[in-house]
Amino acid sequence: MSATKGMVLTMEKRIRVLVAKPGLDGHDRGAKVIARALRDAGFEVIYTGLRQTPELITETALQEDVNVIGLSILSGSHNTIFPKVLALMKEKNMSDEVLLIGGGVIPDDDIPGLKAAGVAEIFGPGTPTASIVDFITANAK
Amino acid sequence: MANESLEAKMVAYNAKIEKSLVKNPERNNLAHNRLYTPLDTEELDYESDLGFPGEYPYTRGVQPTMYRSRFWTMRQYAGFSSAEESNKRYKYLLAQGQTGLSCAFDLPTQIGYDSDNAISDGEVGKVGVAIDSLADMEILFDGIDLGKVSTSMTINAPATVLLAMYIAVAEKQGVATENLKGTIQNDILKEYSARGTYIFPPKPSMRLITNIFEYCSKNVPQWNTISISGYHIREAGATAVQEIAFTIADGIAYVEAAIKAGLNVDDFAKRLSFFWDVHNNVLEEVCKLRASRRVWAKIMKERFGAQSPNSMMLRVHMQTAGSTLTAQQPENNIVRVALQTAAAVLGGTQSLHTNSKDEALALPTEDAVRVALRTQQIVAYESGLADVVDPLAGSYYIEALTNQIEQECWDYIEKIDDLGGAVAAIEKGYIQREIQESAYKWQMEVESKQRIIVGVNQFQIEEKPSEGLLRVDESVGEMQKAKLVQLRATRDNATLTAKLTALEEAARDEHKNLMPFILDAVNAYGTIGEICGVLRKVFGEYEAHISL
Repeated sequence: MSATKGMVLTMEKRIRVLVAKPGLDGHDRGAKVIARALRDAGFEVIYTGLRQTPELITETALQEDVNVIGLSILSGSHNTIFPKVLALMKEKNMSDEVLLIGGGVIPDDDIPGLKAAGVAEIFGPGTPTASIVDFITANAK
Repeated sequence: MANESLEAKMVAYNAKIEKSLVKNPERNNLAHNRLYTPLDTEELDYESDLGFPGEYPYTRGVQPTMYRSRFWTMRQYAGFSSAEESNKRYKYLLAQGQTGLSCAFDLPTQIGYDSDNAISDGEVGKVGVAIDSLADMEILFDGIDLGKVSTSMTINAPATVLLAMYIAVAEKQGVATENLKGTIQNDILKEYSARGTYIFPPKPSMRLITNIFEYCSKNVPQWNTISISGYHIREAGATAVQEIAFTIADGIAYVEAAIKAGLNVDDFAKRLSFFWDVHNNVLEEVCKLRASRRVWAKIMKERFGAQSPNSMMLRVHMQTAGSTLTAQQPENNIVRVALQTAAAVLGGTQSLHTNSKDEALALPTEDAVRVALRTQQIVAYESGLADVVDPLAGSYYIEALTNQIEQECWDYIEKIDDLGGAVAAIEKGYIQREIQESAYKWQMEVESKQRIIVGVNQFQIEEKPSEGLLRVDESVGEMQKAKLVQLRATRDNATLTAKLTALEEAARDEHKNLMPFILDAVNAYGTIGEICGVLRKVFGEYEAHISL
């Protein structure tokens, strides 16, 4: 690590991201690739592993004091799981401090509804990891 | 040496090229040599390395005439929403000329939870059909003669339960179990390393698998008791070599477990089958198939002392690679699938599922599935690729690459043996880390444009959001819950409780085969959640190794 980069890190708190696999979906290639890319970009990354309930995810997010939660859903359960996580975030007073983003197999038609409910962004198949890094850097609270 | 002059000419050719490369450099990221010549196949011995199709070591295929007698089984993986909806899709596919069924179950079913369990919320009927009890299974196969059709079921941790349900439906139809044909995936090791629908820890899981081997060898002799799967390992990011190496290592673990349980290798090995992915690199995929057959044949003969030729044949179902489908310009996926189909056929598959163009976005519509099935039919009837057995054999490149893939596969198998076998390698996280490394490398190659994906990182266009995708009716969850309420109110609960107690006792005795007990519980209309609940209580649950 270069000296200048190290200095920046000491002055500025690193962005902390929780990458989570909610529900019963076992497809974790994307979640793991993104977790690693975010780590390589200089974020602190916590990856939950599979089968996380919305309660577990928000609890971990609180304990780990994260700035961002990223959910990866490929099983079609996004319209159930995102609202549950958003409701728990509200209940735990996290909504103003934590950015919720998501990715996976999510039809275009569903994206406006999820965003209106409070999901900051949905990243579909083929998204370069660099765009996710840029989005988080620009929007993390 | 006879090839001395050829060697000299090869040196001259390369020297000549070096000069022109300064002006016209070759593309980056080319995996194989520029040119293959007889020098690359000098060591090849026709009789011992290739032989004849239907003969050891089966490099050229497992049947003597391959597709000249009968095409591969065209088997589209399908299932969504309720048993009623999926039954309609199966009947449609059979009417379109599909020759075998392949059932996709939803995640709660695959992980042994009922539809009314809180953890199932939002998942019921989504990635496959929801099956809670025998009552659903009766509807799923209503009007389909199980004595005539062969059925593949993608079910792993609760494979005993779904197989028992299938047997129960067949018995109700009056079909003898000896006549049942089909496959259960039943491959738990790749669930730990790549697919994620595990329930129990490795030891009791391996017991359930060997229980099935034993039960079927006596009662359902034509059933393929396991489909040892590389598909999901590849989809998780593995290379072609890693796909076959990790899967064959899993295969070795299953054979060892069955032998340890007291079974004779030739009694169960002929019912072992494999499942490969078929990816974009057409000729590498052909060589992967050929190499995998040779490796497995040698393992069964030399390592396990199998005597029957049927025990040495690697029979394989394949599916075109879902991870190669793009959400961008989805029509292009039809071309990808056609090339992958060609590779599967040139490599000598026994069965094939072709993906539909819209599957990077959702489950496929009926129209998209028809095009995917037609792709297989066009390759079969119009392309000529199926007319000659192993038509690429003898190509310098094909034989050299087959040898190379075989060698790299042996290197991995040796490494996994050193770690204590596939189970230990998974518990140590070795296989998962290898797959993750490859997945990350692939992604970085795409992002740096060392690897071009048409429509994704080159040749992009402005696109409108996709229309006309299949949507699973969200009401299926409520419908399944209502069915469960009715089932629990109308079945004979006292009988079921007795059957579940008997299952629990049997589960505690590791010498008992659990299949008959599970069959009893299924016939008493026990639900998948209740039956797996008993086993969860006795066996506990697997805790995954998480690494990044």
